[in-house]
Parts: sequence; C-alpha cells; structure tokens
Amino acid sequence: MKRIYLDQAAAAPVRPEVLEAMLPYFQERFGNPAAVYDLGTQVKDILEEQRGRVAALIGARSNNIIFTSCGAEANNLAIKGAALAHLKKGRHLVVSAIEHHSVLNSARFLEKFHDFEVTFLPVNRYGQVEPERLRKALTPATVLVSIQHASNEIGTVQHIAELAACCREQGVIFHTDAVATAGSIPIEVQEMGVDLLTLSGPPLGAAKGTGALYFRPQLRLVPQIHSGIQENGRRGGTENVPGIVGLGVVAELAKAELAERARHLKSLREHLVGGVKDRIPAVIYTGHPEERLPGHASFCFEGLEGEALIFLLSGQGIYANTGSACASKALKVSPTLCAIGLSPEVAQGSIVFTFSRDNLEEEVDDVLSELSQAVERLRSFSPVWRKRMAAASGG
Amino acid sequence: MYSETVMEHFGNPRNIGIIEDADGVGEVGNPQCGDMMTFYIKVKDDAIDDIKFQTFGCVAAIAVSSIVSEMARGKKLAAAQKITKKAVAEALGGLPPNKMHCSNLGADALALAIKDYQEKKKGAVAPVA
Repeated sequence: MKRIYLDQAAAAPVRPEVLEAMLPYFQERFGNPAAVYDLGTQVKDILEEQRGRVAALIGARSNNIIFTSCGAEANNLAIKGAALAHLKKGRHLVVSAIEHHSVLNSARFLEKFHDFEVTFLPVNRYGQVEPERLRKALTPATVLVSIQHASNEIGTVQHIAELAACCREQGVIFHTDAVATAGSIPIEVQEMGVDLLTLSGPPLGAAKGTGALYFRPQLRLVPQIHSGIQENGRRGGTENVPGIVGLGVVAELAKAELAERARHLKSLREHLVGGVKDRIPAVIYTGHPEERLPGHASFCFEGLEGEALIFLLSGQGIYANTGSACASKALKVSPTLCAIGLSPEVAQGSIVFTFSRDNLEEEVDDVLSELSQAVERLRSFSPVWRKRMAAASGG
Repeated sequence: MYSETVMEHFGNPRNIGIIEDADGVGEVGNPQCGDMMTFYIKVKDDAIDDIKFQTFGCVAAIAVSSIVSEMARGKKLAAAQKITKKAVAEALGGLPPNKMHCSNLGADALALAIKDYQEKKKGAVAPVA
C-alpha cells in the first residue's frame, strides 16, 4: 500500500545525506570531544563546525549555541535555567496558554518547587498573543516570558519581534520555542530581539535526540544537567556527536532550501485547504489563515472524533495527527484548541497535517479523496451529526 | 495500541444505524467528554429481535458499540442486561487501560435502551389496569 506521511511535526525520516554524514562518528571517529589527544580534538573541531552551521540558520554567533538532547531539553534549560539564574529580579513568569508541554511543565515546576508565580496568557481566536495583554501581565518581578514562535497544533505564527520588544522595554528575558519554525521560516535572532530560542533537529530530518538552545551573549543560565564543562558549563554530559553532525548538516540544508521549501509546502497546504473547503461541510480551519507555518493545515470536523478519523486514514496509508482528547494518554482535549475558543465537542474533531518537502500534489489529491470518505463514514453513524442535521433542517 | 478484534470491529462495525420505530432507545455519554452512543432495540418475546446503534467517539467507542450489539442480538432482555463492561472488553481482546471506562459505554447504553422499553411497556399497560 502507498504511504502518505503527513505528520512531519511528530517525526521525520533522517535525510540520506544526514545519515551519511553521521555514520563515521559511530565507529571511526568515536573520540570524546573533551579528550586532549587527536582522537578527541578532531571530533571537537567537527562539533564546533556544526555549532557554526546551526548558528547561521538563525543569524546567531556560534558561541551562543548550546547543543541539547531535544527541543524539550532546550525549553527546560531556557526556562528553568534563566529563571533560576535571575532570582534576584523576582519570581514571576509569563507563558502563553498554548505552549508545548516542556514549557508549560517547566513553568509549573518552578511554581511548585521554587515559589514562582506563573501567568498563563490567553490567546485570540487565531492563537496569537496580543502585545497589549503581554504588557499588562508584566510586573517588576517578571523574570522571563516564553511564547512559542509557531504552534505545531494550529500552525499560527506569533508576532515575536513585537512581543519581544515589550519585554525588552521592561528588562524581561524573552524566550521563544522555535521548534516548529526553525528551518521553515526565516529566523534572525537579532531582528526578532529574543534572548533565548529553542530549535530541534528531527522536524528537519536530523536524528531524534538533537536540539539546540540559542542564548543572547552574556545571558546567565543555570545548567539543568550538572556535570563537567561541556557546552561551556551550560550543559553537562558528553555531546551526542553523531546527532550533532546530522543537526549541522540539516541546518545548512534547511537554510539553503528554505525559500523553495516554503513555496512548495505552502502550495501543498493551499491545495489541501481549498479541497477540504470544497468537499467537506461543517469544517473549521483552525489557526490563522495566512500567518501560519507554510506546511501546516489543521481542521476540526464537526460531528466526529479525531482519533477514529486518523485510524481510518492510517488504514489507507495516510498518516496525520489529532488534538482530540481520545488520542491523548490523559484523555484531555488539547489546551491549545480550548484556548482558541473551540468547544470541547468541536475540538474532538481535530486533525492536523504537517507536510514535508517530499510530499507531492498528487498525494494531496489522494488525501482529499480518502479524507472526505472517512469524514462521511464517521458522520454517517454519529448521533451528534444526526442531531446537528436534524436541527439544521428544523426537524 | 488496539487489539486485532477492536480494529476489525472499528473497520467493519456491525449493526450501525437507527431504528425509526424502536421499542427502546438508550443514550449515554456526551460529546463534550469524548464519546456518545445511542442504542435502538426492537423486542420480541422478551428478547432483542433487532438492534442498531450510532456512536460518536474514538476507535474503542465504535468497536465497543459494535460488539455489544452482536452480544445482545437475540438475547433475552434479562441476559442482555447482564452484559458487563468487563465481558465487553474481554470479547474485544482487551482495551487500553485509559479507555476501559470512558469508551466502554456500550453496555450502559444497551441497559438504558432496555429500561426505556420496559418503562414504555409499563406506561402502555398502566392505563388499562
């Protein structure tokens, strides 16, 4: 059976050129980069080269990049590391209500174990934080604000430069989780005015276990993994050399391919969105219609539940994601879908498609055909849909 | 994540639909918390002669409805009322632990449909008596 994979945000195959670049670092060039002899220093040099490549992707200097084991670790280091290094300023944090778990739970950790107060900022119906709301949430005790660059659930891109400027005025550290955007849309940390920025390798085709944190020069961070002086004392533990080599390669590729990739992804997205609107009634296109990730389309179909929908599609070789409560381990509907004002009932019908550069327009045609059949099928025996139809026809 | 039996029932649910002139109707759950099931029964000689359902919900909820409809068809009402959630899960080759309660509502919906039938019957008899 054909396979159409549209869950790029969850996982992606490692790109062949990345795997090839990584391979020598498993056996031939196995040295510890901290070792003083040549087997180590050669690897150390390679590591530093990758730091430069990752820095170049976001317009940073290489000595402001910390390699981490994933985006979640980078978010933990940004939030806990910066907050704990600036306790003298105060113990107040501001995060948006639609952050990744690694941000929300880092904030909750500080709340529970370090007496921080956390403000969870609401978003508008597109999922954007309004600068005025952020300004009002800041207090003299605010140490750090964390607002994601874009949401992997609804695709919306935030006005980060504007939000970061609000914080700079008040001397508040600003972090953005750019896992969804790094390599997808242009990022210049100076222009954005961010103090900390998280990125991740796997969405770009690097191996799992790769991520990085950018930090503004001189910004103090308390390490969250305590060991030796790897990563200039900001992150202990021997570096994942093969993974980092792959991360460097994808960073360079992503930068070179960015414009072409974005154009391709956007055309796939628009094809899907247009097709869904033409073929399927009672659908909500979640997130911002224009200010969104190029390769991201997310919907809520009324009258059905998303887990059942993605299983029907995966039975046809089509892979997508959902924010439905039924698909989460905790059986809770996605906080992001609640935060943009959807009723729990509508949010249950969530489906999320994230495209990769390998996807083709013909694949979107197949998806449209299977998706409309699957939606129709689930609605055909849904009591919720039946009631909705009865109400609509006045009977 | 799901057993083969669950996936098979999800892919080919038995007895989906509604019965316009049902003798009993039972509805449980609500779409707000995830799953909702409506069961329709026709009763003949104190047994379930026909059964249909509609379900809004996840893979587990759809498979549960389907297998409950199979387990109940032809059964005497007293026996159908005794179908337990545990028996439903076992017949499906198990359910993921977090789905044991929230999606396993089929037996409740069936019991409500039977109760609805019995109350209607009582109501129909009462004026005569």
